[in-house]
Amino acid sequence: MVVRSTLRHSYWIMWKDLLEFSRSRMRLAMLVLMPLLMMGMVGFIYPTSDTITDQPIAVADLDAGVGNVSMGRVFTAQLEGINAATHMMVLSNASGMKDIKSDIQEGKIAGGIVIPANFTQSILRGEQGGLEVYTDTSNPQTSGMIQSVLSRTIDAMGIMLANQTLNQTYHIDSNRTVAIMKPYSVKFGGIVPGKPNYFQFVAPGIMSMTVMMSLMTGLPHAISYEKDIGTLDGMLVAPINRLSIILGKVMAQTVRGMVQGFIILGLAMSLFGVVIYGSALLVIFLILLIVFSFVGLGILITSFTENEETAGMVMMTLMFPMMFMSGVFFPVNQMPGFMQTVAHALPLTYASQAMRKVMLLGAGVPAITTEIIILVVFGVVMLAIAVPLFKRAMTR
Amino acid sequence: MTAVAISTKDLTKAFKGFTAVDHISFDVNEGEIFGFLGPNGAGKSTTIRMLCTLGRPTEGSATVAGYDVVRQDNQVRENIGLVSEKMIMYNDLTARENLKLFGKLYDIPDDVLDKKVRKLLSFVRMDKWADERIKTFSTGMKQRINVIRALVNDPKILFLDEPTLGLDPKSTAEIRELVRRINIEQNTTIILTTHMMVEADMLCDRIGIIDHGRIVALDTPASLKRLVSGTDMSVFEFEIPNLTGDMMASMGALPSVSSVTQDDPTHIKVHLRGEDAFDVAIDCLRKGGAKIRTARNLEPTLEDVFLQITGRHVKDDDIALGRRKHRFGGGGGGGGPRHGPGGGGGAARGR
Repeated sequence: MVVRSTLRHSYWIMWKDLLEFSRSRMRLAMLVLMPLLMMGMVGFIYPTSDTITDQPIAVADLDAGVGNVSMGRVFTAQLEGINAATHMMVLSNASGMKDIKSDIQEGKIAGGIVIPANFTQSILRGEQGGLEVYTDTSNPQTSGMIQSVLSRTIDAMGIMLANQTLNQTYHIDSNRTVAIMKPYSVKFGGIVPGKPNYFQFVAPGIMSMTVMMSLMTGLPHAISYEKDIGTLDGMLVAPINRLSIILGKVMAQTVRGMVQGFIILGLAMSLFGVVIYGSALLVIFLILLIVFSFVGLGILITSFTENEETAGMVMMTLMFPMMFMSGVFFPVNQMPGFMQTVAHALPLTYASQAMRKVMLLGAGVPAITTEIIILVVFGVVMLAIAVPLFKRAMTR
Repeated sequence: MTAVAISTKDLTKAFKGFTAVDHISFDVNEGEIFGFLGPNGAGKSTTIRMLCTLGRPTEGSATVAGYDVVRQDNQVRENIGLVSEKMIMYNDLTARENLKLFGKLYDIPDDVLDKKVRKLLSFVRMDKWADERIKTFSTGMKQRINVIRALVNDPKILFLDEPTLGLDPKSTAEIRELVRRINIEQNTTIILTTHMMVEADMLCDRIGIIDHGRIVALDTPASLKRLVSGTDMSVFEFEIPNLTGDMMASMGALPSVSSVTQDDPTHIKVHLRGEDAFDVAIDCLRKGGAKIRTARNLEPTLEDVFLQITGRHVKDDDIALGRRKHRFGGGGGGGGPRHGPGGGGGAARGR
């Protein structure tokens, strides 16, 4: 009886909240715009090897050569040849290491290659020809990318040279030379078909985060706003269970969070080529589980915050670490050890992990049991703390 | 029938470091309009909030409609309606939707609620605007809806916290009329708080004057005014065409003058004490070179009652509120109560 009337009252509060929300065109627009921007932003912000083009690279050929043989010139010509096909670099000449250093500092070039004076000499003597590559380390992402691109290019060039040497000097059939130089070959693939991309990786995380955010920011915001404008008193003075107020708000926020979650999913699938490999029902179940898990935290913050402004500040403080440390944008296992410890203390980590396993790897319930248990326990503990505090906070 | 609608005993609410409501005990009879009169920050709203189960008393007890406000809070809630200082309405919802929401919170079935909403809307002549959003309404229209919203559950007792605050004179008159109609036509007991003397005088059957969390006087408006006329206090209005600030200052300095207020450029109102006070005042004005055109003995108002009891004007506290909040317990700023016309509305306002 109590349960039924509480649910009935919370239904009407939800009805009111959603009606209010649907009347504001601005808010409706934001409902779609926010996930769109979010996806676009995180999807394109990180450089991939495809996005590295026309990087200004200087080459300082200091090779003295032996007689009229200059391996440095051969190298440069080869590099230009490869680059003509890939357009990864814009090559220029530099007089030496000093030049390259100052140009990097001034931001004129992203990196430089130095061919040392004894380059030809070493190669002719049967030794390795040493090259030095300098990159703009103030931009770690690009720097890393250039390093790997250059090292791949230089490797390929080395193989070309070696192939020639083996073939001409040792008369080894060119069909076999590759097997001698690179006895192992490797083919990469995931356990699901298709080529993984960054959108695939972020979409589940962003979905979990949006649902969590709509509860954690939406709930305290909604309650403290009504407290500020005075309408909360109207509900408190009615003979209803105090919980139905928060429950109504939770339901309204959940509907909004779900709608936004599905918008994200829709965008991810239609615009960014994301594919769900797992069960859609399990995805919905996970969204509801995330709601349950974070409701308590939302109520807890609501009970502690006096007004809208404080609520906003508390939110920001809690949200940012959660956003960046729980594997939504960066995989947790790529983080340094102590950060992984922190990440594993955040419930959102398990939410996005479970969501990712289901959506990307097609996992079923058995594979995510641990995550489910952690989220349920977290939700129960938070609710047990938050509900009595909320009831007390409502009658000051 | 003089059944009791509300009864409080030593009702107290203490916040950190100061007592907003200090052991107040009073009864409100069924069917009457009871007024809480006092300056802002005197404890009116805090008292109302406790009676509406929105604030928990620190000490003492209260029953509303026969139920204890702490132990039987839900029964209390079923029997009351609240019009608080801030309007309880959602701007993006229509008038009808607002009424429907609150009706639903009282579990009123659809058919009954529909009828009731229509009746209430026509009661305040707002039928035409039923399906318009609240945000398109004028403040006066909003307040009419706000008042009937508190009536959806047919409350036995209606609480009105400063119901005419911030309204224009026409809407103020409308709301006062509405309050009276609710009281008569629906036989609803009404508790009303106000810092406006005129309002309390016009509407209330009985008035409790509250100051610094204590009820300092409680009676019918007529008896309260007799408090003043029964003493040696008198109120005179002088019309002085050549009025100067110096004249007012020297008047204010007289021991037999308890206050001087200026109503417009040529009129001053003087509160006098003592048998020969009038003579002394006239002498003082003459000496200052005043040409007195008229002098009138005024009927005491509730304003005078408040002055008589507390030694201060109601408005003085409005202005001094910011300071008083930090300096608890110590009396209000007595000083020279003199201010220009229309000075100090409700600028500083507490909860």
